[in-house]
Amino acid sequence: MGVGIEVRDLNAWFGKAQVLQDIQMNVEPNHVTAVIGPSGCGKSTFVRCLNRMHETIAGARVQGKVQVGDIDVYGSGTAAVDVRRRIGMVFQKPNPFPTMSIYDNVAAGLKLNGYRNRKGLDVIVERSLRMAALWGEVKDVVKKKSGASLSGGQQQRLCIARALAVEPEVLLMDEPASALDPISTGKIEELIFQLKEQYTVVIVTHNMQQAARVADYTGFFLMGKLIEFDKTQKIFTTPSDKRTEDYITGRFG
Amino acid sequence: MTAPAQGEEPEKPQQDSSEEVPRTVSGRERRIALRVNWRTKFAEHTFKYAMLACSLAVLAVMVLIFVQLVLHSKLSLQQFGFKFFTGSTWDPVSGDFGAWPFIFGTLLSSLVALVIAVPLAVGVAVFVTEMCPRPLRGFISFMVELLAAIPSVIYGLWAIFILAPLLRQYVEPWLGKYFGWTGLFTGPAYGIGMLAAGVILAIMIIPIISSITREVMQVVPQQQREGVLALGATRWEMIRMGVLRNARAGIFGAVILGLGRAIGETMAVTMVIGNRPAVAKSLFAPGYTMASVIANEFSEATDDLYLSALVEIGLALLIVTVIVNACARLLVWSITRGTPSRSYV
Amino acid sequence: MFSAKGVLGLRRRFTNHLFTAAAAMASLLVLAPLFAIFGYLLYKGLGSVNWAFLTHTPKPIGETGGGMANAIVGSGLILAIASAIGIPLGIGAGIYLSEYGKSRYAQVVRFTADVLNGVPSIVMGIAVYALVVIPQGHFSAFSGGVALGIMMIPTIARTTEEMLAMVPNVIREAALGLGIPQWRTTLSITLRTATSGVITGVMLAFARIAGETAPLLFTAFGNQYWSLKPNQPTAALPLQIYVYAISPFDEWHRQAWAGALVLIAIIVGAVSIVRVIAARHRVSHSA
Repeated sequence: MGVGIEVRDLNAWFGKAQVLQDIQMNVEPNHVTAVIGPSGCGKSTFVRCLNRMHETIAGARVQGKVQVGDIDVYGSGTAAVDVRRRIGMVFQKPNPFPTMSIYDNVAAGLKLNGYRNRKGLDVIVERSLRMAALWGEVKDVVKKKSGASLSGGQQQRLCIARALAVEPEVLLMDEPASALDPISTGKIEELIFQLKEQYTVVIVTHNMQQAARVADYTGFFLMGKLIEFDKTQKIFTTPSDKRTEDYITGRFG
Repeated sequence: MTAPAQGEEPEKPQQDSSEEVPRTVSGRERRIALRVNWRTKFAEHTFKYAMLACSLAVLAVMVLIFVQLVLHSKLSLQQFGFKFFTGSTWDPVSGDFGAWPFIFGTLLSSLVALVIAVPLAVGVAVFVTEMCPRPLRGFISFMVELLAAIPSVIYGLWAIFILAPLLRQYVEPWLGKYFGWTGLFTGPAYGIGMLAAGVILAIMIIPIISSITREVMQVVPQQQREGVLALGATRWEMIRMGVLRNARAGIFGAVILGLGRAIGETMAVTMVIGNRPAVAKSLFAPGYTMASVIANEFSEATDDLYLSALVEIGLALLIVTVIVNACARLLVWSITRGTPSRSYV
Repeated sequence: MFSAKGVLGLRRRFTNHLFTAAAAMASLLVLAPLFAIFGYLLYKGLGSVNWAFLTHTPKPIGETGGGMANAIVGSGLILAIASAIGIPLGIGAGIYLSEYGKSRYAQVVRFTADVLNGVPSIVMGIAVYALVVIPQGHFSAFSGGVALGIMMIPTIARTTEEMLAMVPNVIREAALGLGIPQWRTTLSITLRTATSGVITGVMLAFARIAGETAPLLFTAFGNQYWSLKPNQPTAALPLQIYVYAISPFDEWHRQAWAGALVLIAIIVGAVSIVRVIAARHRVSHSA
């Protein structure tokens, strides 16, 4: 089951430039939360801070508290690899491992963390591909075709399956459909809707209609600050902040 | 716990799969436990330092070579000082060592090689990048690469039995007849000698000069070419003004890199230069190079001073090639921005 | 005025053709020795390569027959030792440069590797003689392997670095995002993605040292008999070719050509494999 996320006083920097400022947010378990805002507002950085991907960039720095279920993400005894295992991530551009088969792509996270049970892997790979709604399309070629040979939309679903295979509790999605055609986008959105039964999903999107369609809660970011965070319906109908309204109604870059 | 996606899939979802699925993370691990930070950090650091150690090997090799050569040439360094490089006597019996004939031989053979190789190598590079029909392009560059893959000893073998007789019978008599007045082509035609060494060296350094020239020419932006063409220039004028002029620092670097190769080349030269420590003006005469004298005499040198003198020649060779290569790399890097050369010849 | 312009145009056109022809001519001149060398290798070598040549040791001077079996096997031994030293160190250094190499130190390593690549092989021979042969007290296959092995390091390090740098960063992020530790990501994801390129670099380095003679002169030294012990003087194909080529005996000259043909076959084989792998690599990238 998904777990909740609690963000307190989160600040982040690239070198000397501060990209996030005093973010406070409570994410409900088993719901979809969308993060919207103009480009450069820090929404991608925000989700990358939730699973400690931000720090993999040279010169990047984080301060503050993030609690995901029982994980104190920035606790002194917490290993980044464990955080990332339990908080899965899907990236903007589909990025399957090009030299691996579909099967190996999905199994990679477990195999490389030392999981060796073959039968278990078979079951998990199939289950993950089913959950990502890809199994039907690739089940005959899972071990024959490489991940890179799939279409863009299939690749992205493969990446979702790959993230699900390690059984995370939270799934972060950084503009997962921005590189895809409308049909693939539709499939991904449908998938997100189903995934929230088991996972807490946080999705970054630059597409407001998408946020309105898939998310239960929406946060609006502007220049590194969280301006407003509320139920999606409320944000898109009666936002309480003027800047949110400007952005929603398109009066704003 | 599993609720597989429903929707467009034809098969039945496996509702009961959760029982067979071994948990990938134990309950215990999930409850308390995040792996302790220091353990993963330890693995990361171990790996990083292992890789660092490998990279240190590169520096260590360089330092070790230098230190060993200095240590083992100490005797000769102390005995002869700078005179070592100017003296012309090389007499192991009386223990008098001067390296000038070898230095002269190395310089002259490399110079001959450059004079022959540079125009040809730049010509090939220009032809391949700017002129030749596309299908031929890959073929010619593959062939030139192949030239770089031939071992020195095979060049030597070919030079002894094919090139030298050719030079003796045809080329040298002709050169002597028409260019004898320059003083460079006088005396009996042996075949074996400075000219043969220069020619074989030229063949050997053409690949490196031409492939690096090609590399730096490719870095010249297309706009430079189009700019010159737009002025109504012919193709050759475009190449001269738009390409070669912009790439000249890199081409110069390529030439110096070729020079570095020529200076250090051992086997092929040893096999055809004649191995006589004499300073002769004529290219027909036999000579000797620094690398050749080491190759020929190192394993025969029994007394310490003799060995030390040979190591000192090696040290000189090392210092010269390091300086030459450093300059050349900097020149080429300044054009290609530090990316490693694609031509490993 | 008009005619003057015409004359100028004619001259420029002539120059253009002249230099085009000169460049084409240069290409022909450069390729000529290549064909000549390969032609003679086949012409002189094919007649002498036979079963006995590949399976027998050299006969004493004056007797005909015999072969280079011990030299071929010796070369294999020396190259195996060289690969065991050069390949791991080279790949490791390449990994360091690509994955951790943003520092000034890394820049120094890069530069040193490129300079080391230009240090004459005979100088490597002297250094290894001083480092290994003198302490050991005798020539050996091992010392020859060390000399050739350290010559592999710079080439392999630089190609590995380049190939790893070509792996897109999103691939690394994908792996890190799954909770795979960075060192595992580097070994099992990044390096694996770049495998064919890394192999190319290794084979190029291998082809280059396979024909090296100068550093073996006073390390492996050579041997007329069978020897498979790494701590004994050992025959090597290029050394044997050298010794036979400068000898005054026709029989040995014949064998030198045969040996050269075998050596070039090994090297061209390695280079062709590289070409095939590289071609496939490029296709898979564009696909």
